[in-house]
Amino acid sequence: MSAVLKIHPVAPDSADTHDGRDPLAAPPAGLARHDFDALLAARGLNLPPQSISTLQVNITRLCNQVCRHCHVDASPTRTEALSREGVERCIALLAAYPEIRTLDITGGAPELHPDFAWMVQEARALGRQVLVRHNLTVTFDPHPQTGASMAHLPDFFARHGCEVVCSLPYYQAYFTDSQRGRGVFDKSIEGLKRLNALGYGQPDSDRVLNLVYNPAGPYLPAAQATLQTDFKRELQARFGIVFNSLYTITNMPIHRFALHLHKSGQFEAYMDKLLTAFNPQAAEGVMCRNLISVGYDGSLYDCDFNQQIELPAEMAGSARPSIFDFNFAALMQRRIRFGAHCLGCTAGAGSSCGGVTA
Amino acid sequence: MSNYFDSDDLARFGEIGQHGQKLADDFFKYYGAVTGSDGALTKREKALIALAVAHSEKFAYCIDAYTTACLESGSNPEQMMEAVHVAAVMKAGITLVHSVQMHKHLDKLVS
Repeated sequence: MSAVLKIHPVAPDSADTHDGRDPLAAPPAGLARHDFDALLAARGLNLPPQSISTLQVNITRLCNQVCRHCHVDASPTRTEALSREGVERCIALLAAYPEIRTLDITGGAPELHPDFAWMVQEARALGRQVLVRHNLTVTFDPHPQTGASMAHLPDFFARHGCEVVCSLPYYQAYFTDSQRGRGVFDKSIEGLKRLNALGYGQPDSDRVLNLVYNPAGPYLPAAQATLQTDFKRELQARFGIVFNSLYTITNMPIHRFALHLHKSGQFEAYMDKLLTAFNPQAAEGVMCRNLISVGYDGSLYDCDFNQQIELPAEMAGSARPSIFDFNFAALMQRRIRFGAHCLGCTAGAGSSCGGVTA
Repeated sequence: MSNYFDSDDLARFGEIGQHGQKLADDFFKYYGAVTGSDGALTKREKALIALAVAHSEKFAYCIDAYTTACLESGSNPEQMMEAVHVAAVMKAGITLVHSVQMHKHLDKLVS
């Protein structure tokens, strides 16, 4: 039974760093002092699962952008995508387990998956909260592989009550374009204006628009509340844009960002920075304690980062847990798998797909 | 070839305690109390002041450290550059205001 859909590839993008090999597929070992399990033990911390309230599905690694810090190595040339069978199985899991209250659809640009719309509609029909991790520019670029217009997306989100979570590294072009590509900032602002026009982020609306900040380099995010105040003030003053909340996310030392750190000789210093900033309170709130991540082949992981470094979830009775042998009770008893990269989620105020954890 | 300044030495700041640990401990306690949290000034404002001082003192370690600290406290490059201009204009003003002394001495010599 295959859960993988192969999307027809296009000619390689010259800016794409992915060459079919995965130079950092293994978890970033760091040095002995970066051993996360040893750190937890030394601090007397035990972090078992608390719930599975979110199913986070990475349905495709295809993206219209090639961002410098993408932990998925997503790009217009990636072909991995969850099969229709896999998408249907995810919906069946939502139907079977009301404890899973949220479907969090990510990628790549998840909207480029051929079954994205169906998945959203079915999950909403089941009454689930649906989060779409939306890069804002996908609305304006033609589908990288079919050439189809994606201009319908804001209306689609509004019609189906999706909560939209958008990447916007800064309220100025400098940081945003350096990280996500030239011209991305201007398109992102236009995308936000369209969402605002549909009621997203407006104070009297239930259409939720959240933004995601991540640093442009190997440093920690500023305080989330402070940055949110800055973003709200500046986006309103400069562009008339409003939004609900800002999530700050720390750059994870894996894949494309790790490659950048290694090439620039900053990997060890960044890992030490994360280690020095380890916060036990942030560790208590790590997102892996409350979600299960699903890969493009249906495999299960403790989080999207573990997924990208091929560190599968442990589930009693299964050599390689997937959506097809999903066992809620067994997953609740699992040992969450940690690695040196987890220091990224526990530094400072913590980091997760929903922002700070402390 | 040896260098007088090596960026990796910034991480060895703690070694100033050699041959004088008590005074170093007092200094780091004071340093943390002044810069480590919001007070009458925010951490962001303090980092911008420190960045400006690092420039006026022409000290590379602190320029590196407080460039990062400014970003981590939410400043943007325009704000950071403006802080450097404050340091620069202070230096310029301090230099220029000394010309009063020059003029006084000129008057004494010439008139």
